[in-house]
Amino acid sequence: MTQLALVIDLNVCVGCHACVTSCKEWNTSGSAGFLVDENPYDKDPTGTFFNRVQTFEVGEYPNTETVHFPKSCLHCEDPPCVPVCPTGASYKREQDGIVLVDYDKCIGCRYCSWACPYGMREIDEKQKVMKKCTLCVDRIYDESLPESERKPACVLACPTNARLFGDVHDSESEVSVAIREQGGYTLMPEWGTKPANHYLPRRRNRKYIHDDELVRADNPLKKEQRGPSAPVDEPTLDDSTSW
Amino acid sequence: MSTVHDPLKPPAGRIEVKNTTCYMCACRCGIRVTLRDGEIRYIQGNPDHPLNQGVICAKGASGIMKQYSPARLTKPLRRKDGAERGDAEFEPISWDEAFEMLTARLKKIRATDPKKFALFTGRDQMQALTGLFAKQFGTPNYAAHGGFCSVNMATGMIYTLGGSFWEFGGPDLERAKLFVMLGTAEDHHSNPLKMAISKFKRKGGRFISVNPVRSGYSAIADEWVPVKPGTDGALLLAIIHELIRTGLYDRDFLVQYSNAAELVSVEEQSDDSGLFVRTDIPRDPDCFDPQDRVWWDRLSDKPVAARTENTDPYLLGEFTMADGRRVKPAFQLLKERVESYTPAWASEVTGIPEQTIQRLAYEMGITARDEQIELPIAWTDVWGKDHETVTGNPVAFHAMRGLAAHSNGFQTIRALSILMSMLGTIDRPGGFRHKAPFPRPIPPCAKTPDSPAGVKPDTPLAGMPLGWPAGPDDLFVDERGEPVRIDKAFSWEHPLAAHGLMQNVITNAWRQDPYAIDTLLIFMSNMAWNSTMNTSEVRKMLNDKDDNGEYRIPFLVVCDSFQSEMVAFADLVLPDTTYLERHDVMSMLDRPISEYDGPVDSVRIPVLPPKGECKPFQDVLVELASRLHLPAFVNADGSRRFRDYPDFIVNYETEPGSGIGFLAGWRGKGGEKFMKGEPNPNQWKMYEKNNCVFHYEMPKSFQYMRNWNRGYLNWAQEHRLLRYAEPINIHLYSEVLQKFRLAARGQWDGKQPPDRLRSRVETYFDPLPFYFEPLEAHFTDKHLYPLSAITQRPMAMYHSWDSQNAWLRQIHTYNYMYVHPQTARAQGIDDGGWMWVESMHGRLRCLCRYSEAVEPGTVWTWNAVGKARGAWGLSADANESRQGFLLNHLIAEELPANEHGAHLSNSDPVTGQAGWFDVRVRISPAAADEPPVSWPQFDAMPAVPGTAKRPKWLGYFAGLFTAARKGGTTK
Amino acid sequence: MNPAFSVIFLTTLIGVGQGMFLAMFTGQSYSALELLPLQNGAGFYGAGSFIALAFLVAGLVASFFHLGRPERAWRSAAQWRTSWLSREVLALPALMGLVFVYALMHYLGWDILLFSSRAGARLQLTLVVGVLGMLMTFVLFVCTGMIYAGIKFLQEWASPLTVVNYILLGTASGFTLSTAFASVSAPELMRFYGIWTLIITLFAFCSRGLSLLRNARIKAKSTIQTAIGIRHSKIEQKSMGFMAGAMTTRDFFHHQTQWFLKNVKWVFLVLTFPLPMLLLWIGMENESTYLLLAAFIVQYLGLIAERWFFFAQANHPQNLYYQTVS
Ligand SMILES: Nc1nc2c(c(=O)[nH]1)N[C@H]1C(S)=C(S)[C@@H](COP(=O)(O)OP(=O)(O)OC[C@H]3O[C@@H](n4cnc5c(=O)[nH]c(N)nc54)[C@H](O)[C@@H]3O)O[C@H]1N2
Ligand SMILES: Nc1nc2c(c(=O)[nH]1)N[C@H]1C(S)=C(S)[C@@H](COP(=O)(O)OP(=O)(O)OC[C@H]3O[C@@H](n4cnc5c(=O)[nH]c(N)nc54)[C@H](O)[C@@H]3O)O[C@H]1N2
Ligand code: SF4
Ligand code: SF4
Ligand code: SF4
Ligand code: SF4
Ligand code: SF4
Ligand SMILES: [Mo]
Repeated sequence: MTQLALVIDLNVCVGCHACVTSCKEWNTSGSAGFLVDENPYDKDPTGTFFNRVQTFEVGEYPNTETVHFPKSCLHCEDPPCVPVCPTGASYKREQDGIVLVDYDKCIGCRYCSWACPYGMREIDEKQKVMKKCTLCVDRIYDESLPESERKPACVLACPTNARLFGDVHDSESEVSVAIREQGGYTLMPEWGTKPANHYLPRRRNRKYIHDDELVRADNPLKKEQRGPSAPVDEPTLDDSTSW
Repeated sequence: MSTVHDPLKPPAGRIEVKNTTCYMCACRCGIRVTLRDGEIRYIQGNPDHPLNQGVICAKGASGIMKQYSPARLTKPLRRKDGAERGDAEFEPISWDEAFEMLTARLKKIRATDPKKFALFTGRDQMQALTGLFAKQFGTPNYAAHGGFCSVNMATGMIYTLGGSFWEFGGPDLERAKLFVMLGTAEDHHSNPLKMAISKFKRKGGRFISVNPVRSGYSAIADEWVPVKPGTDGALLLAIIHELIRTGLYDRDFLVQYSNAAELVSVEEQSDDSGLFVRTDIPRDPDCFDPQDRVWWDRLSDKPVAARTENTDPYLLGEFTMADGRRVKPAFQLLKERVESYTPAWASEVTGIPEQTIQRLAYEMGITARDEQIELPIAWTDVWGKDHETVTGNPVAFHAMRGLAAHSNGFQTIRALSILMSMLGTIDRPGGFRHKAPFPRPIPPCAKTPDSPAGVKPDTPLAGMPLGWPAGPDDLFVDERGEPVRIDKAFSWEHPLAAHGLMQNVITNAWRQDPYAIDTLLIFMSNMAWNSTMNTSEVRKMLNDKDDNGEYRIPFLVVCDSFQSEMVAFADLVLPDTTYLERHDVMSMLDRPISEYDGPVDSVRIPVLPPKGECKPFQDVLVELASRLHLPAFVNADGSRRFRDYPDFIVNYETEPGSGIGFLAGWRGKGGEKFMKGEPNPNQWKMYEKNNCVFHYEMPKSFQYMRNWNRGYLNWAQEHRLLRYAEPINIHLYSEVLQKFRLAARGQWDGKQPPDRLRSRVETYFDPLPFYFEPLEAHFTDKHLYPLSAITQRPMAMYHSWDSQNAWLRQIHTYNYMYVHPQTARAQGIDDGGWMWVESMHGRLRCLCRYSEAVEPGTVWTWNAVGKARGAWGLSADANESRQGFLLNHLIAEELPANEHGAHLSNSDPVTGQAGWFDVRVRISPAAADEPPVSWPQFDAMPAVPGTAKRPKWLGYFAGLFTAARKGGTTK
Repeated sequence: MNPAFSVIFLTTLIGVGQGMFLAMFTGQSYSALELLPLQNGAGFYGAGSFIALAFLVAGLVASFFHLGRPERAWRSAAQWRTSWLSREVLALPALMGLVFVYALMHYLGWDILLFSSRAGARLQLTLVVGVLGMLMTFVLFVCTGMIYAGIKFLQEWASPLTVVNYILLGTASGFTLSTAFASVSAPELMRFYGIWTLIITLFAFCSRGLSLLRNARIKAKSTIQTAIGIRHSKIEQKSMGFMAGAMTTRDFFHHQTQWFLKNVKWVFLVLTFPLPMLLLWIGMENESTYLLLAAFIVQYLGLIAERWFFFAQANHPQNLYYQTVS
């Protein structure tokens, strides 16, 4: 069974928000209908976005890590948001594991959002239905797009390629390999939701300097040593003995 | 059951796809715009574009909200009779009226004193055109944003390496093993840099960031080296000290490719003091930088002409020439210079532990030496020697405004360039790489006029408005040594001000120092807000009147696309289009988007018709130039030469028949030529067909060592990128600077500084880098103002211009000042609380956010998120103005006046680079009874005619949006 | 969580309705067993059940205010297999139907004796309907409770105590109202109801108290460390990624101070338990309908506060992701 997902590499994410707004622009004109923005030019704007990039500080100065942390629906394999939905609007697709909302059925009761521990659902305050990341289901199967572009908008946008997309059930897929080899992990494993999206941790490259590397066989300073330049007319041994 | 929603079904509508070039920032990525029923459905990175290869950024992906922003200007506007400047009370006029008004005024100025017209432009990418217009008009008073942006980066490196970071070159992260980034948050080349850093990290490269703040790129650095602002010079000099002490430098590279081994006269009193010893090789008239220097040969222990076959010079030592002159190799002088710059000393200055400084030096030196790359690329150097391979020492650097935007930045960047050269990383794999049309000769050939005589009525300027002085005699000063330009660029105050000093234009014009001007035209710059220092006062200057009740700056024209803070002060507003509505050119004559492997230029082609009466400024300039009969824009009979801007682009040649125009691609009658060739009537079409970009990939053997690569230099000369095919040797020791110093000492035959500036020039024009505290610190009591305050770019906002963008403003709605918890607690300031920040120039109230990712002696905020009330189509109570703040209120554009009341710009004394990051502050909590509002506040700007009403909510859906949108335009 | 008044009213109102229906049915059952005098069907069981129904209807109406798309409410019955909400949506109208039938039969006096024992116990058709209604009442209580108790990471809710509380608090409030009602239309039952009310309220107090004690000791399973998967003892959010609002910043947090929260707790504890009990006692002693009604009103206000607190106290793990604006 296929389970499509995103794998997000925290090791390279610079927190640029490209994924945030390209998600918004793709989806606002997509099959979900518009994603509303309220008070767009007034005090306290608010709006519907499917993807956010947060920032955390880990540790204390000067050993601080700044971690940029993108977050959209994790397409849980055991999604608590689905069974609670009274209308069946919230569902998980059999064929690819994408968790979707059927906007024609949703009554906007918000219960599914209570049931998502990750805060990944957003009610559209104008259309009054629940929305969330669709994994760009309307791109990834769109045959009018070139194969290379049948990817989520956020994945195409990401300048650091921090967002990998693929089938996490296929052990040979790029995403599975990345999870396996780079220690991919899921969020809040304690709730057994089995998020399909994974995160790749920060890794740190270090350089170790050995003392002998500091010495250089052809140290250029050697070339700067001037040749013997003692004056010719001062006394030497030759002036006092003949052996 | 009703029909079930089909998540795959695309909404109905007519789809079109068009390519153009983004301009949500100056990075200039290729974009693909999908339209549905004529509205923007999707803007994506163009996968076939060499620059961004399909990626986009947060701003680029929000172009829709820029296009449909209610803050857009749509009609030419004239300040209402009786209304004061700054009140933003306008009446719409027709373009005809606007042109007539402007033409009449400018004609008069041009016929009398052309320098009374000043044209300054901000973050534009059409300096080739605006510069041409200014030159043709005959005014020297022209510059773009460079002076307040990063001119230190350009000059510091170009005067050393003939190329620079910024838009002229960059780090080769493809091949680098160690990457050291200093003072960079976002940069111009932002998408490519992000792509490259990520690939670099994934390949196991080690990434070190030197920055007082750990944000953005620094976040993913393997090591963060927090540095006190303004002290990188000390760090770099200490690293140089260590490299020399340990011998961890690339001697062969320095000897052959720099002036390290060239002998400098150290006779203090003689006129050639500090100048290179020269052989008497006769000077080739067609030569720029004669190869007439002298080495002290190690093998024969004699002076020889530099780079003579089978010689090897000393880099260290002191020698006596036959004529008795004492001389030293430049490298010896460098060694002496850095003697006292020990890591222990630098640690005190920078706050970086001594061991760290030492280790950084070792890492650089060892990586450069032990991980050397040999690429099997044969090339021939300019002296005729064949090389089987190209060598690379894989240590790459990058730096931006963290170094540049300090008043000591020029010398800091000189130090960086020297460090890069010592590691042997210039235009080599894994190091620094040039981008066409760089490298340039040192300094580049373009020159301004050198006297007031260059400015004459009804005559083009006798030189370029901006240039690269090679010595005191190139300065643009009058016989008293005083400036000719309004911004005092190329005067003794800022001799190497290669990009002008836009930050001082308003203040100087207001003070009428050096003279009064009549008309100031500001294009694409928000000089009433974020590109001005001392913002509150400058806003008053814009409004200030003389004793006769006339404005001190009589006529102010602003060309903008949005209702910015600047618009409020205009007498005449010219509504520009957006980037999606116009033709545009990213030209080789300007700052193209070249790649390391060859020249690239690109264009914009409209994907939408202009909104309302918006008119591309390009067309406005062509129209004005034609009406003013500027020579380049009219035929011999005085008739108009170019229909409009697209026509100008195709048919303009720098000189009749030169074959050089704004675009390098598809030249020649049928588009068969490039770089040079006759105009091609179908050039636009060909760009359109090719993703709006022209990219010429040079042969591999031309791609490296370009300063000395005969193949490349000949090619570049042939294609008119360069005038001379000569080696461009690295100026480890800058004789250019020494010439200014000699002038200051009175040891120079030509121009000499006015006495008041002698010691200043003598101090700062040091031919070798040295460390000094930023100028502001010389005037500030550091006990009273113990902290540095800096800004940085948010990745999701471009300067001040994205608050009108409904999506981006939800990410940055207002800004906090980030403070280290200990620093804040010591003053009793809460996390999230209101605080006062005070410099010796002013104070402001803002919100505080604790952060562990900032050096405790530094506070910082995102740049230009705070706004003036009512600007940018936002309501008067929008968070941007009520909670957001602008740091610029605390930063002075001038240093405190001297005892004679004379003012100097708060800028680098060499280049005129604005010292944005020098300001020193203290912080204190706001009182409990103070209103929770940022301070200062300004009267709310009313919506100007032609802008749209603010909708209460927005549901953007391409194809239905404009039809569905409520509200009309403001009458 | 951010308490939504629609849900507060929904749960408290139907609680009263359910409790009152239980009270009516209990009264009838007792009299069927001849433990209490039989009452006038229309005037007491009928009218009382109509009042209960009115509360159920009011609750239903309140619930519509919670829906974004009330016109589609009918769809919400679809997922009874998995969704407690769906089950509640089925149970509520079912209960309303049964209560309506029960009330109507009493009101119109439609009743059939199905069986009578020699000892005097008699099984009327209304009793059968009542039993069904009682069962449905408990089903509804369980559904409502499980809507909250079923979300396992809302640890303050995820406990059987949540269901027990819903049952006991609803029943107590219904019985309080019934006591007042009885004082008017069946004064001889007033004490019966009053005593039961006191007992149930006492139990409710214990179970609600227990859940407060439990919640005070909860150790959140999710932490900032598990939320972002980084092991470090010092992690702080610096930015939630946007400064504008969003549902995630509105729906999951009460936006009140700890001080306010604490006060609401004491208010609800006093208003829901001791004060109404006192009023009830005095009301019974003085046979004052007003005091008894006051007891109900005070208790209902207490329940509103209780429900507000119930929501506010629940700490949604999503909040780990939405802590800091900058
Ligand atoms: N404190 C502090 N201040 C700084 C800096 C800092 O780091 N710290 N950085 C400095 C630097 S490096 C720079 S470059 C400056 C930039 O400062 P500015 O050049 O002032 O940049 P913006 O604020 O973006 O203003 C550009 C103007 O162009 C308008 N505009 C946008 N698109 C178009 C268009 O298509 N056509 C026209 N005609 N107008 C358009 C915008 O509406 C806006 O009014 O800021 C400087 N100011
Ligand atoms: N998204 C976005 N991109 C932009 C722009 C924008 O407004 N928005 N503006 C464009 C423009 S005009 C420019 S000029 C470029 C500028 O590009 P950058 O130079 O990357 O821009 P800044 O944000 O000014 O970066 C300054 C960095 O230097 C650090 N810094 C300050 N002082 C010091 C110091 O003394 N030493 C060191 N080592 N670091 C220091 C600051 O913490 C900050 O990280 O960005 C361009 N790209
Ligand atoms: S992340 Fe939340 S919304 Fe997405 S599937 Fe999991 S539980 Fe459902
Ligand atoms: S809001 Fe919509 S999707 Fe969510 S539970 Fe309710 S009906 Fe289902
Ligand atoms: S997959 Fe699509 S919907 Fe989901 S976050 Fe990315 S762009 Fe948004
Ligand atoms: S686009 Fe990529 S790098 Fe940028 S914030 Fe999103 S995941 Fe991170
Ligand atoms: S980096 Fe600049 S040019 Fe490139 S997509 Fe972003 S805004 Fe556009
Ligand atoms: Mo800039």
